[in-house]
Amino acid sequence: MTIPAPGAIDCDIHPALPGTHVLLPYLDEYWRAHVRMRGLERDNYNAAAFPVNAPINARPDWKPPRGNAGCDFDTLRTQALDGFGTKFAICNVLHGAQAIFSEDLSAAFCRAINDWVAKEWLDRDPRLRASIVVPMHSPELAAREIERCAADQRFVQVLVWEMQEIPLGRRQHWPIYRVAEQLDLPIGIHAGSSYRHPPTNLGWPSYYLEDYISWSTGFAGVLNSLISEGVFVEFPRLKVVLMESGVTWLPAWMWRANKTWRGVRAEVPWLEKSPAEYAREHVRVTSQPFDAPPNAAMLRKIIEEIDCEDMLMFSTDYPHWHFDGNDALPDGLPEHLLKKILVDNALKTYPRLTS
Amino acid sequence: MSTTVQEPAVQTSDEAILGFVDCDVHPYTKTPADLDAFLPERWRKLRHSIGNRSRSSFVGAPNYPRMSPGVGMRMDSWPKDGGHPGSDLAMMREQLLDAFAVSYGMMMPLLGRGGDERNVEFGAALCSAANDWEAQVWCDNEPRLKAAIQITTEYTEAAIKEIEKRAGDRRFTHVMIPPRGLEPLGRRRYWPILEACAANGFPIALHLGGTSGHPSTGGGWPSFYHEEHPSYPQSKEALVTSLVTEGVFEHLPNLRVALVEGGFAWLPSLSWRLDKHYQRLREEVPHLKMLPSEYIRRNIWVTTQPIEEPEHPEDLITTCEWIGWDRIMFSTDYPHWDQDDPRYAFKVKVPEKEKRMLYRENALSFYNLEA
Repeated sequence: MTIPAPGAIDCDIHPALPGTHVLLPYLDEYWRAHVRMRGLERDNYNAAAFPVNAPINARPDWKPPRGNAGCDFDTLRTQALDGFGTKFAICNVLHGAQAIFSEDLSAAFCRAINDWVAKEWLDRDPRLRASIVVPMHSPELAAREIERCAADQRFVQVLVWEMQEIPLGRRQHWPIYRVAEQLDLPIGIHAGSSYRHPPTNLGWPSYYLEDYISWSTGFAGVLNSLISEGVFVEFPRLKVVLMESGVTWLPAWMWRANKTWRGVRAEVPWLEKSPAEYAREHVRVTSQPFDAPPNAAMLRKIIEEIDCEDMLMFSTDYPHWHFDGNDALPDGLPEHLLKKILVDNALKTYPRLTS
Repeated sequence: MSTTVQEPAVQTSDEAILGFVDCDVHPYTKTPADLDAFLPERWRKLRHSIGNRSRSSFVGAPNYPRMSPGVGMRMDSWPKDGGHPGSDLAMMREQLLDAFAVSYGMMMPLLGRGGDERNVEFGAALCSAANDWEAQVWCDNEPRLKAAIQITTEYTEAAIKEIEKRAGDRRFTHVMIPPRGLEPLGRRRYWPILEACAANGFPIALHLGGTSGHPSTGGGWPSFYHEEHPSYPQSKEALVTSLVTEGVFEHLPNLRVALVEGGFAWLPSLSWRLDKHYQRLREEVPHLKMLPSEYIRRNIWVTTQPIEEPEHPEDLITTCEWIGWDRIMFSTDYPHWDQDDPRYAFKVKVPEKEKRMLYRENALSFYNLEA
């Protein structure tokens, strides 16, 4: 179905770098010289988890006249913002900068991307907001980058990938969560992998289709990690947003996580409530792709099982191709939830949208 | 030696449960050394010098310590006169086989670790020894117990030889593969093994397990068993995705696969997700001729344990309807700590006809068992 009224908040759109070279002006003198010396501006550091020309990552009618999907400001403005009557849209740049092994180079590229987004996108349209990209494998540099960007209120969350070197709940990430909580920034966890490990626990699959399918199971692992390690006990105000995660896997995950917790809770005695309760309080999920069942009645059943009116938030996942025309919502969403999904839940999750 | 048991009382009068087929029973040796008798001397010596070499951190413990002794055994399953849970037939009869008048117990042995062994010749010998042990120690003493053919997927010739060796021996009913191997099971290099299963009429039972060396999440090694345990369904999802996407069921349309010890409530959502994104990426997998969900519906069965426990128990009925009652088979996982009791696993009333399918009929037909 199409969205019933303008004014929605789109929690996941993807402006893309036309190439590494665009970052040169945003690097400091040292890094600019360093990058030039190694010729890195000529290399393609796009994330392997999102091949830009795969049909699923570039809706055919959303490709700009020149360059890859998401690279052209005017095209994105017309299609993603005007096209849906969007009030705010959150830019999530999916770029390999976050996967570069050198913490220093990774941090330099992340800083440059954040400044590039601010100047080339946020400055050009007041409806745009952005996530701060960070080198997660360097908690100290990541925390510093979050503090630097947070001075600009248009940065509304921190962006990390679901699959990295170590599970996201691990305690060494906690300096990042501490500063994010202090600054009212949710942790936006996006689908994708830096491929430090195979995306499945069976090893490396053959096809991109399998990698893509694995993103949702990866998110189950992320939630198990965040909850088990006690992230939400330590940071009671922290919210995490799952993006491009799929939605319909949530009930089965909740049942499984709750059952394991009942049997194994002696191992994680700091948990004060069930995993599903932590998820309903702290986890938000964007709507595309929904991975909807074959009919509306089944979808309503899933919504009933998720049993949390605050959890779902609207996204188009522009320019990724999950729907045609303006059919950005799955059929069968209950009327009374629409406004929450389209507007209210995002306003509550992102305090900076209203500050 | 054996526990003395006086005509154990049958613990249910529910006729749909009585005589059920248990798709996941774990027999154990009393002590690890009991397997030696079935090993050729060369491997017996190696087993006690260098020993098993898999891809995990510890010699005799899993990467994620369990919550009860014996790597997660049910506390009341330790035989009084010693030995490991699951090693005493009399006790297994008392607690499981006679208690519920079980028709068949489908054995899924987790010992020997042949499937995980890095030295594949040693691995093949361990598998073969464990298979002989199953047949002689268990099936010959209790014909209701049916043996799994254990193989190592990293040694194709030996695996095929082992499958062919057991074909025609009615004690063996299924091939057991630890799904967490070096690569996803659908990959082409495993097809000769899958072909041998199909050619010899054996269904494949994929019990969770294996030490692949790969982290149990795509984002690295978790810290707790509290995360490892719920990663089992994620293995199953990757397994279904691999088998379907690679075209295994296009190539072997009669192959029957059961997923054991991964629950099942995750399957509908995975089917929807696969169908949806297959439409977008089908140019990558032109060998598929049907929707992923259609292959799943035709070739894949699930077993129930550890059964999901929805917050509203009746939601489990909906889930079973979405999967198809004819594809769900009951399993206990005896004698593990998280085993399911057939009387209490479903916390909601299952309709009688579906109950008979779930507890008995589906498994009889899946494993080709005499009614």
